[in-house]
Order: sequence, then structure tokens, then C-alpha cells
Amino acid sequence: MKPPAFRYHAPRTVGEALDTLAEVGGDGKVLAGGQSLIPVMNMRLASPGHLVDIGGVEGLDEVVVTADGVRVGAMVRHRTLERHEEAHRRNPLLRQALSHVAHPVIRNRGTTVGSIAHADPAGEMPAVLAVLGGHVTVASVRGTRDVDAADFFQGPLQSSAAPDELVTGVSFPHPGARGGTAFEELARRHGDYAIAGVAVVVILDEDGRTASARAAFTGVGDVPIVVDLTDACVGAVPDDGIGSPDAVELARGAIAPESDIHATAAYRRHLAGVLLGRGLAAAGRRAVAGAEGGTRP
Amino acid sequence: MSEELHDIRMVVNGAPVAARAPARRLLSDFLRHDLELTGTHVGCEHGVCGACTVLIDGEPARSCLTFAVTVQDRDITTIEGLAAEDGTLHPVQQAFKDTHALQCGFCTPGFVLSVCGFLAEHPDPDDDEILEGISGNLCRCTGYQNIRRAVAQAAGDLRATGIPACGRAAGQGGPE
Repeated sequence: MKPPAFRYHAPRTVGEALDTLAEVGGDGKVLAGGQSLIPVMNMRLASPGHLVDIGGVEGLDEVVVTADGVRVGAMVRHRTLERHEEAHRRNPLLRQALSHVAHPVIRNRGTTVGSIAHADPAGEMPAVLAVLGGHVTVASVRGTRDVDAADFFQGPLQSSAAPDELVTGVSFPHPGARGGTAFEELARRHGDYAIAGVAVVVILDEDGRTASARAAFTGVGDVPIVVDLTDACVGAVPDDGIGSPDAVELARGAIAPESDIHATAAYRRHLAGVLLGRGLAAAGRRAVAGAEGGTRP
Repeated sequence: MSEELHDIRMVVNGAPVAARAPARRLLSDFLRHDLELTGTHVGCEHGVCGACTVLIDGEPARSCLTFAVTVQDRDITTIEGLAAEDGTLHPVQQAFKDTHALQCGFCTPGFVLSVCGFLAEHPDPDDDEILEGISGNLCRCTGYQNIRRAVAQAAGDLRATGIPACGRAAGQGGPE
């Protein structure tokens, strides 16, 4: 259980990091928090010839809260984002989901952008980015581009970032003043990979009824699966009929769970619906509390 | 291929240290092999068991999921850095001893450092917070109930004595 040998690069600027990535190409990997990469290297499931450590790169460790969203730099640790009060006030889904990401000790080192770049379909933060309709910023010596979450996640551990590209940050749009959010998952032990999970956003109209609802599921497909539940939820009072059988049925039809030693596909499909019901109810309650000017839990 | 060696410097338990090691040297192995500080234990080596937990700049982290070369010049605290020079145990260590929160002791260094970091952030935790605080560490002797008691006792002792959760214990003779 020792990682294979690699050449170590410690750039100080984004420009230096991009030059190095351009040189090493497909034989290089970006090292940020290392909490996903180092385990697979220890198990020799990955053996990159070069690691580009962005831990010392200037300007990647900022959380910026704007009128539209929360922008998170590539070296922001999960714990830093989790503790960020302004980010939490504007976008409570971040902290709701982050509390499910592994354990606090792992969150001290792991980065939110790293989780997203890793594109694990069981990961919480890819689903959060997907349900909010956020985007990823990737840079290379060829230039910088923004990629919508819907186009970024391509398959299990596969993103649309090229080997010479660095994900420099992600942007999570705010759910808005009439929005409520929830993250629900079931894991066999808290902190483990979830059997299934769901991020939910409910938006109310001016009369306090449901205007739109969206969910993104983890662990039940090759990528975070986003389901627009508006047709099943529109007009519903957010404290009762919102988690209707129609919404659950719609979601269960959209996901593509597989069986493994932890759960059958049928169980995962059932569970995803149960979690969605809870998530819609919680997000609806929070949307009402937020719209009434109360503090959002 | 002959492996390139890096000069790695850090501050471990308050003392500057340096050694030459390849980039792939995990912090856990750097501490154990290069610095001969074998109190940091290595269990699963992929971040699940928590036995290798140390403090990096006061925050608990898995030393088996950290390359030593990436914590250049950082402040590392291991289990060797908690008791006073005269052997007086840190309140977290004393609480583990008092409540029989260890049996074989293999997981204990990782638990103690996780708890130190946890109590620095949660000086007066409730039972649910304690459970969450130790959820990243495994004990195969099944001593969790006594570990919960140890955390509760340590929290009270730290508040009463004012000893920092992540610092070295005071010796009987007072400050040196």
C-alpha cells in the first residue's frame, strides 16, 4: 500500500501550473487535497507519472459570494466552505450537502472543486452543482472556458476537462429568496459512500405555492442525474402535497441505479423516491420560512 | 529509474526537522521511517481507519493521505507531542486512560489527535457532536462507548484547566 513513484511539480502561479500540465499531458494529474487521488494511488489503481501540486498556487483559495452565486476556488477545502457564514446564508444547500461529505477530518484536507473535478457519481458536491445549474471554470495554455454542470459530468470519474486543463473554480448559483433546499442521503455508516442521495431545490411563486422543483440524484447513475419535477409539483402548497406520488414516480423513471453488494437496483430505486419525498418536504418548508423572512435552518 | 529526492522540512511537535525523501513518501511514513516517530500508526493506508491521524497546523488530517513534500514548513503535531516533558499526560490522553477508552491501543493515537482537533472547535460538545467527532476513526476492540465517555471527560477537563486542546500538556513543575 505505497504509492508509485512520480515526478513532483509545485507551481506558484496558475500560469506555471498550466505550462506544466501542457508539458506532461495525459501522464499528469493535478493534486489538490488528495483525499480521492492519494487513496487510489496507494492502492495502485492510478499511477500518474507527474503530479502537479496546486497547494502553493496563488489565488485559488478564495470563496467569493456575489449577488448571483458562490464562487469557490480550486484549493478551498470542504471545511472552509462549510464554515463560511455568508456562503451559507445565501446558499444553505452547500453546508447541507457538505456535512455528508466523508468525515470532518477528510473535509479538513479535501477540496470542493477537487470533488467535482473527480466526477464521482456517488459524490455529493457534483449533485449540488448540477441541481443548481452551476458551472465549472477550466483553464489551459489554450485559454479559459466555462462549462455547464450538465456538460461537465460525462461518466463515472470522467469529466469533459482535457488532461492539460486545470479546473480553477466552480460557481454555485444561489437558490434565491423564494428558494428552499435540502440534501438527503442514506449511507450504511455516516461518512461512507451513500447508497443513494438527493439534492433538492424548491422555488415558490409570489403566492407561496410551488413554482418549480428540481432534484439531482447521487449513486443511481453514471453522472449526477437531474430531474425537473416542476410538472408534478407546480402549484402545490409546499407543506403538504409537494412530495406527491407523481414527483416520486417521475424521478424513479429517470434514474438508472445498478446493483452491487450493498444494495439491489430495485432497493436503490425505492430509496431514491423515499429520499426525494423527504427532500421536497424539507426544501418546501425552508422555502416558506425563507420567503417569510425567517432564518433558514 | 532513480527517484529524485526532496529536502523536506517541517516543524514536528515544536521542533524543526528535515530529511531527504522521494515525493511519494506519505507523511505517515515520513514520521515513522525518516523521523522514527512510531507513535503515529498505520492501519488501512487509504483514509478509512483514522489510525494515522495527526494535526497539520492544528487541524486533524490523515497522514496516510498526505505526501510529506506537500506539507513543507507546516506545523505537525503527533501523539508524541501531547504529554509534557515530565510525562504528565495531556487531558485527552488522561481521559482515555481514566475511562478505559482503549484496549489494544492501536487506534488510540489517531483517536486522541482527532479528539484534540474536535475539542478545539467544540469545547462543550453534546453527545451527538461527540459521535460525529469520532465517526472518522475505527476501533476494532469495540471500545466506542468508553471513547465517548473519554471525550466528554476531556472536554470538561480542558475547560477547567485552560490547557489548549491541541497543545502540549503542562508538566507538574509548571512552565519550564
